[in-house]
Amino acid sequence: MAKGFNAVVTKLDAMAGKDIGSLLKTTGMTLVSTVGGSAGPLYGTAFMKAGAVLKDKMEIGSQELVQALEAAIGGIKMRGKATTGEKTMLDAICPAYDAMKAAVDAGEDMKQAVARAVEAARAGVEYTKTIKATKGRASYIGDRSIGHQDPGATSALYMLEVLLEQI
Amino acid sequence: MKKIINAVENVEEEMILGLVKSAPDKLRKLECGNVVVRARKKEGKVALISGGGSGHEPAHGGYVGEGMLDGAVAGAVFTSPTPDQIYEAIKAVATDKGVLCIVKNYTGDIMNFEMAIDMAKDEDINADYVVVNDDVAVKDSLYTTGRRGVAGTVLVHKIAGALAETGASLEEVKAVAEKVIANVRTMGMAITACTMPAAGKPGFELADDEMEIGIGIHGEPGTSRETLKPANEIADELLSRIVEDIDYTGKEVAVIINGMGGTPLMELYIVNNYVSDFLAEKGIKIYDTMVGNYMTSIEMAGFSITLLRLDDELKKLYDAKADTPALKK
Repeated sequence: MAKGFNAVVTKLDAMAGKDIGSLLKTTGMTLVSTVGGSAGPLYGTAFMKAGAVLKDKMEIGSQELVQALEAAIGGIKMRGKATTGEKTMLDAICPAYDAMKAAVDAGEDMKQAVARAVEAARAGVEYTKTIKATKGRASYIGDRSIGHQDPGATSALYMLEVLLEQI
Repeated sequence: MKKIINAVENVEEEMILGLVKSAPDKLRKLECGNVVVRARKKEGKVALISGGGSGHEPAHGGYVGEGMLDGAVAGAVFTSPTPDQIYEAIKAVATDKGVLCIVKNYTGDIMNFEMAIDMAKDEDINADYVVVNDDVAVKDSLYTTGRRGVAGTVLVHKIAGALAETGASLEEVKAVAEKVIANVRTMGMAITACTMPAAGKPGFELADDEMEIGIGIHGEPGTSRETLKPANEIADELLSRIVEDIDYTGKEVAVIINGMGGTPLMELYIVNNYVSDFLAEKGIKIYDTMVGNYMTSIEMAGFSITLLRLDDELKKLYDAKADTPALKK
């Protein structure tokens, strides 16, 4: 993941002045072509799907952020054929989405909404310690996966934390 | 961590370059990344590609050559290669007869190969894939990602590669690959973990009197931890799981006693001594035995046993000529 996002950073100068959708699409394509493993295609697809929702936008509001996250989750579920409760990144991202959407619907501002998403994702990461993996490589060890924190959920939390810092 | 490397970030590329330099008249590396292809491109026949994370040497680059693969894509250690790398490999070897990708059953490998195949299809390359899942340690259920692809993959390369050399169609080559997959089973164990260069420490710790049964090839623990037993008892445990899974009675089999990278041949032969007797007692006829490092997990000490149930078609293809760095027939 570090390799992937470092590659994204090197492309940022060339992306100056482009719309948010293009930025996210380039981020997604860069992750797909540099990360490999499962995280590459999953996060890559997520960013590309979010980018498609925010095509041509130069700025976005809370509603659009919620829509972009919804599209990203759809991409991850489609590509990974996964759902919540399987000890994956979805166990952080899905509760984060729910919390963000509820906050936005209740009229909270973007910073507050993202803060709630981070809080929910953090709880989601903790939740992954309590469950057995049924997707990905951790599923091979069955019950022995209980007690371990899921790295995919953890990386999703890191991304949300960065988003919160930047708002 | 103590390893004979130059820099962690160069491990994969230097390994591929070294492999190619060991057979410069037969192999070449693509400029775009860690992809090995035959020096002389095959024409008019189905091309075969495999790949996956690095750390399983000689898989898969060592199986590129006449009678086996046309190309192999190496990702980072234990990490699937990216779709664009796989796509470049497909493009480099593609013929008008099509390309078959041999993918081990891991979530990442399948996603990346599927994306690459979609890219190839957009360019009108006739590409398809099969998924190898020979590891009986993992239950194939709704609650797992399914069985892993392990050492049995080498036999898919061998047999599908042999059929491809005859000029068979993509459908025929895919069918024989699936026939091998349906008839091959593997189970492995380890007495030490391996250390991924980027991680710098072993994936797990084992006491002197412990072993992991049902080990994979990515440094993850096995399905259970047990007290270390004599070689014959370990081999018996693994074999029992394999012959429970499909019926080999009265059949001929190809056997692989596969080292995980850090196992002395001495120990592999000790295991084979028992395997051979076990099979004879069960009325299973050994057609051929391969003993050595075919699908490794860096420097892990351990082994796996693979049995492939053979019929006349598979025997003929198994015996066909192969000339690759890691397997010659």
